[in-house]
Amino acid sequence: MPDDGIQERVTPAKPRLTREQIAQRTARELPNGGFVNLGWGIPNLIADYLPKEITVYFHSENGILGMGRRAKPGEEDFDQVDAMKIPVTLIPGASFFHQADAHLMSRGGHLDVAVLGGFQVSEKGDLSNWKIPGTKGSGGIGGAMDIAAGAQTLIVCMEHTTKDGVPKIVKQCTYPLTALACVDTIVTDLAVIDVKPEGLVLREVASGWTAEEVQELTGAPLIARQRIPEMSFA
Amino acid sequence: MKQKLYATLDQAVADIPDGAQIMFGGFGGAGFPNNLIQALARKGTRNITAISNNCGTREGELGLMFKNNQIKHVIASFPGPHANYFQERFAAKEVTLELVPQGILCERMRAAGAGLQGFYTTVGVGTEVAEGKEERFLEGQRCILEMPIHADYALIKAHKADELGNLTYRLAARNFNPIMAMAAKTTIAEVEEIVPVGTINPEHVMTPAIFVHRLVQAKGLRYAG
Repeated sequence: MPDDGIQERVTPAKPRLTREQIAQRTARELPNGGFVNLGWGIPNLIADYLPKEITVYFHSENGILGMGRRAKPGEEDFDQVDAMKIPVTLIPGASFFHQADAHLMSRGGHLDVAVLGGFQVSEKGDLSNWKIPGTKGSGGIGGAMDIAAGAQTLIVCMEHTTKDGVPKIVKQCTYPLTALACVDTIVTDLAVIDVKPEGLVLREVASGWTAEEVQELTGAPLIARQRIPEMSFA
Repeated sequence: MKQKLYATLDQAVADIPDGAQIMFGGFGGAGFPNNLIQALARKGTRNITAISNNCGTREGELGLMFKNNQIKHVIASFPGPHANYFQERFAAKEVTLELVPQGILCERMRAAGAGLQGFYTTVGVGTEVAEGKEERFLEGQRCILEMPIHADYALIKAHKADELGNLTYRLAARNFNPIMAMAAKTTIAEVEEIVPVGTINPEHVMTPAIFVHRLVQAKGLRYAG
């Protein structure tokens, strides 16, 4: 035991949400009839969890509005792929357009909601999601900077900490930035957090977790105004 | 009517010189001018500056050009998970890279085609992308100046052309092709089918013939993964 009285931070070995559950919770944030872009990673799982009574027009940066489910074997058309190169179907009301118009929709404020993955989010809503320092290779930006700059509402889905327990919600991003002050809401395996002018407001915590425990694993102060409800999926 | 039809892929790219600045259409395996890329590989043009969203899928798409070390500089948004020939050249410092946000890549090309001398945008402010760029405060927001991207040639893929050069695209294979067609001095389109003038409904034309200079018929090639 160190004699300075400071205890090591121990990550409570409690169950956290799965990636699928993060996606399921985030699906409840999408507006009926909305135009929505889903990024790589956890966001790409969200479409499977859309409540049945809701229609969302999914946007793909390569020039599709109104993507449906992924194509089944035998019905793939490789000229009709999503941003991850995967053949998709369309829903009634879909349209095609060129790539400049696709990003214009992102940048110009026409998308109701965009959901991106994240490596770090700062307390001011800065986002880092395209490159981890020290990794090999060139990295790649893709459409994330256009989307982050322009979506009406930007949700980031990610694990609350790295695999080593290092907080991904921080006072200041240390990884290369995607955009400044762009994130509205963060959905993690531990909490739902809104980025407000006054700071990070804790909206919900995962089942079995307290606000104090979530704060322990967060690198910036969380504002917890009242008793924080559990994340719900229904 | 200007003669735009070329009998072979090799003839369509025969005059592309070393050092040319070339745009390559395609995204996600769809809409790549793979037959023209192979013709350019056979021709052996070197020191190319390539403008493309990504940097190839193994040997497919632009991968072949990197494998052959034909490209010295690339302006791209997302080199991609299977761009191994590019990554090898990049690690060996045999090719340099300018990374550009994808929508800004489109708009910089469109500015070139539209005769505009650049534009201001909030995209990239405060990031690596903003380094060395003029910053201004416009409409209450920090913005950076982005300049046009021109090209000597655009190699594009369309579905159907008439002999005048009006083009249509299939599904999401449109992607970057119409934008690049507008931005280059010489646009070379490989198309699946060439039909007589007047048989494409004018309402369905996606790239008007004014932007297309050479046409060559070729069956589309696609690379998996």
